[in-house]
Amino acid sequence: MHSSIPVSSTAETAVPPAPSAWRIFRRNRAAVVAAAVVVLLGAFALLGPTLVPFDPSRTGVGPSMAPPGVPHLMGTDELGRDVLSRAAGGLRISLLVGLSAAGAATLIGLLVGGTAGFFGGLIDDALMRVTEIFQVIPRFFLAILLVAFFGAGLANIIFAIAILGWPEVARLVRSEVLTLRNRQFVDAARIAGASRTALIAGEILPNAMGPVVVNTSLLIGQAMLLEAGLSYLGLGDPSVVSLGVMLQEAQQIMRSAWWTSAFPGALIFLAVLALNLLGDGLNDVLDPRARER
Amino acid sequence: MEPLLSVQGLRTHIATHAGTLRAVDGVDLHVMAGEAVALVGESGCGKSMTALSLMRLVRPPVRTVAGRVAFEGRDLLPLNDAAMRKLRGDRIAMVFQDPMTFLNPLMRVGDQIAETVALHRGLSRGAARAAAEEALRSVRIPDPVAVARNFPHQLSGGMRQRALIAMAVACRPALLVADEPTTALDVTVQAQIMRLLAGLRRELGSAMLLITHDLGLVAEYCDRVYVMYAGQIVEHAEVRELFRSPQHPYTRALLAAALPPHRRVADFAAIEGQPPSLLTPPSGCRFHPRCPSRFAPCDREAPPLLEPAPGRTARCWLHARSGSDAVAS
Amino acid sequence: MAPPLLLYAGRRPLQAVPLVLVIFLINFTLIQAAPGDPIDFLLGSSDATEEYIAQLREEFGLDQPFLTQLLAHLGKVAQLDLGYSLRFREDVLTLILSRRPATLLLMGSALVVASLLGVLLGAVAARRPYSLTDNAATLLALAGYSMPVFWLGQIMLLVFSLHLAMFPTQGMMSLRAPREGIGMVLDVAHHLVLPVATYSVYHLALVFRLTRVKMQETLALDFITTARAKGLPESRVVYGHALRNAMLPVVTVIGLNFGFMLAGSVLTETVFAWPGTGRLLYDAIGPRDYPLLMGLFTVLSVMVILANVLTDIIYALIDPRVVYR
Repeated sequence: MHSSIPVSSTAETAVPPAPSAWRIFRRNRAAVVAAAVVVLLGAFALLGPTLVPFDPSRTGVGPSMAPPGVPHLMGTDELGRDVLSRAAGGLRISLLVGLSAAGAATLIGLLVGGTAGFFGGLIDDALMRVTEIFQVIPRFFLAILLVAFFGAGLANIIFAIAILGWPEVARLVRSEVLTLRNRQFVDAARIAGASRTALIAGEILPNAMGPVVVNTSLLIGQAMLLEAGLSYLGLGDPSVVSLGVMLQEAQQIMRSAWWTSAFPGALIFLAVLALNLLGDGLNDVLDPRARER
Repeated sequence: MEPLLSVQGLRTHIATHAGTLRAVDGVDLHVMAGEAVALVGESGCGKSMTALSLMRLVRPPVRTVAGRVAFEGRDLLPLNDAAMRKLRGDRIAMVFQDPMTFLNPLMRVGDQIAETVALHRGLSRGAARAAAEEALRSVRIPDPVAVARNFPHQLSGGMRQRALIAMAVACRPALLVADEPTTALDVTVQAQIMRLLAGLRRELGSAMLLITHDLGLVAEYCDRVYVMYAGQIVEHAEVRELFRSPQHPYTRALLAAALPPHRRVADFAAIEGQPPSLLTPPSGCRFHPRCPSRFAPCDREAPPLLEPAPGRTARCWLHARSGSDAVAS
Repeated sequence: MAPPLLLYAGRRPLQAVPLVLVIFLINFTLIQAAPGDPIDFLLGSSDATEEYIAQLREEFGLDQPFLTQLLAHLGKVAQLDLGYSLRFREDVLTLILSRRPATLLLMGSALVVASLLGVLLGAVAARRPYSLTDNAATLLALAGYSMPVFWLGQIMLLVFSLHLAMFPTQGMMSLRAPREGIGMVLDVAHHLVLPVATYSVYHLALVFRLTRVKMQETLALDFITTARAKGLPESRVVYGHALRNAMLPVVTVIGLNFGFMLAGSVLTETVFAWPGTGRLLYDAIGPRDYPLLMGLFTVLSVMVILANVLTDIIYALIDPRVVYR
């Protein structure tokens, strides 16, 4: 196949293909560590209760307000409960809430955003109005209101957080879909006779998933922080131990027992940090500019 | 007579994850005071990079690694930053391709021009503003005072390009480097802008280095022309001579492609293949994979710049047969 | 013909009015949607006689159809009657407004400090991308917004207040401090340090990261090459040309964040016992003081909308392209 001298040639200069996704990810050491931490956390969340040394809710398993040491690695609180065991349980709950809420928000967002982006028209307008309103309502406040009204069960909390999170996901999905909708491979599939659902599910959504996954990773962290905040304010589920609740209790006694505040908070911090680092690392994989480094 | 600008052995490399891209690989050219020289080639051949390199506007990962750029007698490459900044915008100015992206969208046009003048001439704000309006007038913009207060998005494409030109000539530079100044414009506006540039050159006595892929412009507005391919100069001649008898197969192909179909010479109507990789250029002559006239030595040894006639050079083994001396390599 | 900017500044608040109406609507809907009898909602957890309940029912027109109730509600809001707090036994609006200044002081200071520092550090970091300092700063920023703000507050208290005794542990003013003049200003400032430091971290991290990214993007744009080709010193190129353009999205984010900060101060104010609207919110949660909660919702939402309008106008000041639409 020959071509006359192109005035503006498409092949700028022939450069070898960019390195694979895994290699880019691997270069970011912090992200790799973060990924490992996240995996550990996940495993811990599943196996958790079987591993802790003491029963988290039993009072008096140790002396009251004992500083960290053996056998209570994170000390005890004023009721003699082992901080480590309680914090471990709390971390499980945080992870559970975070994952569920972020997952729910993502699913709803995918559904609504995908529909709005693909079909446009009324649905699209409605979606834009709704996201605008959500941008204006103070989020944390709304969560507080919802939980205050409807009760503080775990399901409610997850629901409230998901409600807050989906508009942003929807917007993201919508803009991705809008960009992808007009690409050639979609046209090709359409000409080949694919139905609209097949188009959305088979061609568009898979390619939109990249930024969505990054966003979800960040969402999990945000959800965990939100849940901790709600528990701290006394709006958590009273039947479970939450890291936020532990911090609330610590507010009174931390003068004499700094470990009751430091450790539970540090656990949330580390988990969210790992998730955010992971999200950043994934973002680098997707961002074409990062490949130039 | 000493050339105003003399470039020798210029090499600019780009560091990529896959290796070193040799964008400018040993370029020699010169410009005499007051003359108009063209640097021609297709996209990606390194001509813009050459212009940026000689003005030292390249930034890592792009680096100028070798060469000598003598301007008004001084070598620019080893110059310290402060000295180079004094020259830029003052003695050497550049006109860019796309006035929409090359103007700051948040600053008024007049302010952007006044910035240069204030810097290089030490003028007060009022005087600089007046000078900016004067510069806009010199590029034939109607109502320069009003335009100076406008933002770039309020002007048409042609007006924006005139403003960019005004910015470049405001300090009356000795050398004007124009990088595809008309490519982003409508055809009718293109002619106006080129005539403007030619007129300004005459008024100011500036020399011009015109970077372009449009041979029509070269024919009408330039005195000499360098043809560039894959980071190297492959032919150099006076404009009339080049168009009359091109000496390098690539030049012939360019000319043939630029002619309207009914005037095209049949066997040179198209070139096979793609522009070469600057990472791993072809062995021997870089053009050989696409050359209809290639023969034995072409894929083994890279030809130096040979001199088929006085005042002309061509990087092609076809001319070694006639026993001409090597001019440069 | 008035300059376009002024027209825009006049137009923008009007565009916000429908949004405010929607807020009131949501407010009302939430009240109706709360499970149980609205009367319980209005009474909270206090006891009441049958007569009183009947009286309330009539007064609030709870037997009326939805639309009538809605209009009545809107009418009340228009008269700035947001109800009566059960816990504090005070008019809700008065109560909220009395606590506003404390929160505004805290939020305002934090916003200013965090935004200025964030932009500055972000611009500096962008000039040396991927260097050691840059990577360290980015990591620190990431840590900053991964922290639960109330935990950070507790740690700050533990270290600076309880251990090092540099700052007071709570409240806005000391018991024995002067109530006016320089003495009071200094006292308040002293109390302000830890809460502001705590609250700024999140916002600072956010602004830093955004500025850094936007600056890097902007520095790669074409008009920066033009600026350099004019011979401008690098500092002018970065701060005079690049920063202004990079700031646009940052201004938007700062504005958006301000709204959230206004409303989200509850956590910080609780840790430091700061007497602002956030603390008020906390106090209202326990006893389920619904009138107060809803009043807070309305007021804070309106403030967020106002903050957004203000942000848009400031944005228009920087970017002239906006007003010509």
